[in-house]
Amino acid sequence: MAVLPPGVSAADFAAALSQMATALGADWVFSSDDDLGPYRDSFSPVWDTARERRAGAAVAPADVAQVQSVVRIAARYGIPLFPISTGKNFGYGGPSPNVNGSIVVDLKRMDRVIEVNDQRHFALVEPGVSYFDLYRAVQERGAKVWIDCPDPGWGSPVGNALERGVGYTMGHFRDHFGAHCGIEAVLPNGEVVRTGMGALPGSQSWQEYKYGFGPDPAGLFAQGNFGIVTKMGFRLMPAPEHYRSGLITVPRRRDFVALVDHVNYLSDSFMVGEAVYGSPLASLMGRPDFLALATKPGGASDTDLDAAASAAGLPSWQVELQFYGPEAATAAQWAYARDRICSAIPGAKAVAGEHFSLPPTPDQLANTTQPYHSLIRRNGAMGVPSLGIWKIVRDNGHVGFFPVLPRSGEACFDMQRVMCDALREFPLPPFFSAVTAPLYWHTFAFQMVFAPSVKRDDPAHNAMVDRAMRKAVEVAAKHGWGDYRAAPIYQDAVADTYSFGDHALRRMLESMKDAIDPQGIIAPGRGGIWPRRYRESRDGRTSA
Amino acid sequence: MTRPILWLIAALAPVTLYAKPAPAPSVQRGQAVFGKWCAPCHGAGRGDDGAPMLPGTAALAARYKGAVPAALQSRRDLPAEALQVFVRGGIGAMPMFRRAEVSDADIAAIAAYLRFTSAGARR
Ligand SMILES: Cc1cc2nc3c(=O)[nH]c(=O)nc-3n(C[C@H](O)[C@H](O)[C@H](O)COP(=O)(O)OP(=O)(O)OC[C@H]3O[C@@H](n4cnc5c(N)ncnc54)[C@H](O)[C@@H]3O)c2cc1C
Repeated sequence: MAVLPPGVSAADFAAALSQMATALGADWVFSSDDDLGPYRDSFSPVWDTARERRAGAAVAPADVAQVQSVVRIAARYGIPLFPISTGKNFGYGGPSPNVNGSIVVDLKRMDRVIEVNDQRHFALVEPGVSYFDLYRAVQERGAKVWIDCPDPGWGSPVGNALERGVGYTMGHFRDHFGAHCGIEAVLPNGEVVRTGMGALPGSQSWQEYKYGFGPDPAGLFAQGNFGIVTKMGFRLMPAPEHYRSGLITVPRRRDFVALVDHVNYLSDSFMVGEAVYGSPLASLMGRPDFLALATKPGGASDTDLDAAASAAGLPSWQVELQFYGPEAATAAQWAYARDRICSAIPGAKAVAGEHFSLPPTPDQLANTTQPYHSLIRRNGAMGVPSLGIWKIVRDNGHVGFFPVLPRSGEACFDMQRVMCDALREFPLPPFFSAVTAPLYWHTFAFQMVFAPSVKRDDPAHNAMVDRAMRKAVEVAAKHGWGDYRAAPIYQDAVADTYSFGDHALRRMLESMKDAIDPQGIIAPGRGGIWPRRYRESRDGRTSA
Repeated sequence: MTRPILWLIAALAPVTLYAKPAPAPSVQRGQAVFGKWCAPCHGAGRGDDGAPMLPGTAALAARYKGAVPAALQSRRDLPAEALQVFVRGGIGAMPMFRRAEVSDADIAAIAAYLRFTSAGARR
């Protein structure tokens, strides 16, 4: 047995595991090195160093009662637990815990799709249900609903939503936690709670009204450590009849400001799905002169960038728009969007893209016949889970920093310039430059991406990546941009930046943590929230 | 009873070409496990958005440069012991898989399935 949790004796740890084996069956308690290898973070930049976070054991309960048993046994011995649903949180820590020696509660075996409802458009699932599983269940039941999935289909609605993960259809479904409706969780004392209408015995509207009455604690379970979620409901989009896409380009750099404002209007009016921005000038980044311009210290001037664009005969920016609904409605919405933008921005051009009735044929799903080079990943846009995205994974994976910024062109220019300058010292590809486009994943916010790759056999590279990650978090925060999600090794650094009122939010959450989880057994440290007994060890520093 | 078997044979047609005796239960289990856990990355079909291959198949094509087939279903050199190494240890961009996801018996079944699918494949 390799790693013990802080302050827990080997004898107590062994006693707890043997009681868990009695409760779950010995086959579902894992403690050999061989068993625990797959609970390491295969994307870890601190692999095999003292900073790597490693599980001490793992258990795989089959139902809620077994989860309760595990929690009660852990409480008896003060052993930290780390719940995972499908454990595919790559880029953000994989299945690995915040605290060394934690027992990972692997919920993969709890994989029932409890309900798919295509009259009232929701699903209720257990944590081990993957997007592939849910998609299959929808197909097998012939239900007329779409799921909204992240790029990799092997993750779970529950795990992904609890990380506030994102997908690619309409705005209110892309925010996966936002689209949840009803949570069941096992609390640190072993009790089971249900949020919203689930708290009202006999209610039939658990997946339709997420608030119920009184304060809604659902948010405490997302990026939090207040319980182990055992069921979760999700709102689903009624299967649309038709899909339509279109491309709009604008010639000058500053045109981006107006373009973003128009697309915000379309998006907030629920007329478009994910708007996918890009800069055609990115195709010039292989040219040293253009690379130097796009990454010029202090930022290149609009005039110079416009001159480069017109010399190359390229527009400065583009956006791909997507429409879902009845065919005539999608046609009218595209016509409206095209006319609105083209009449407002001189030189804007619109190209109609593919449109087809749904569901897509295999060829339409394969996305090979757009009349222009498209940045849209069609599977995501169709809510069809896949692992095709793994083609972008380099080396041994990557770590991710995705700062949230306002949905404005000006904010994008600021982030390009500030982050480009801040990360210049690191020998990495230019994640931030004058051609970096915002990602429009969450319903009402932009993000940009910094995701340097990790090389397991090159610790010096990984140490550089680690320094770059920490600097990115720090510099972004100075400008009001915060990360939306982070691996355990970065959660304290990110939580530190959300410091309004001398960390008033963290102090409030930690007071609640102490009250609800006095022994600090559920995922201590997750989201930067440490229970009293571990607070001294917050990221190696003493408590705030 | 015949429908699933016909479907199975049809699904294997691209690699088997010739009729075969009905596959053993371990092969059928292996097909299900492979379909769920391996095929999304290592299947023989095309990838997303114009990619000619799925990512795992593309990675093996790049690694072996044709010395062995890129699609696992055509590989004859993957007994359960070899699969254990890759499934539990991961490699490159491929992470490790936990016993709660893919059991040792599942891995043995995948090996049986790959023996079956690769029997008619050219090297
Ligand atoms: C190439 C690539 C592309 C990606 N694309 C996307 C994308 O498009 N969108 C996106 O959102 N992400 C993306 N990711 C990140 C990640 O792979 C997914 O978010 C994935 O869905 C998360 O893993 P999971 O669903 O298995 O969740 P899990 O790993 O099971 O859970 C995530 C975390 O939530 C907590 N948790 C899980 N279950 C419970 C529970 N039952 N109770 C309490 N807490 C729990 C744990 O802290 C756990 O670590 C991508 C990653 C890569 C490498």
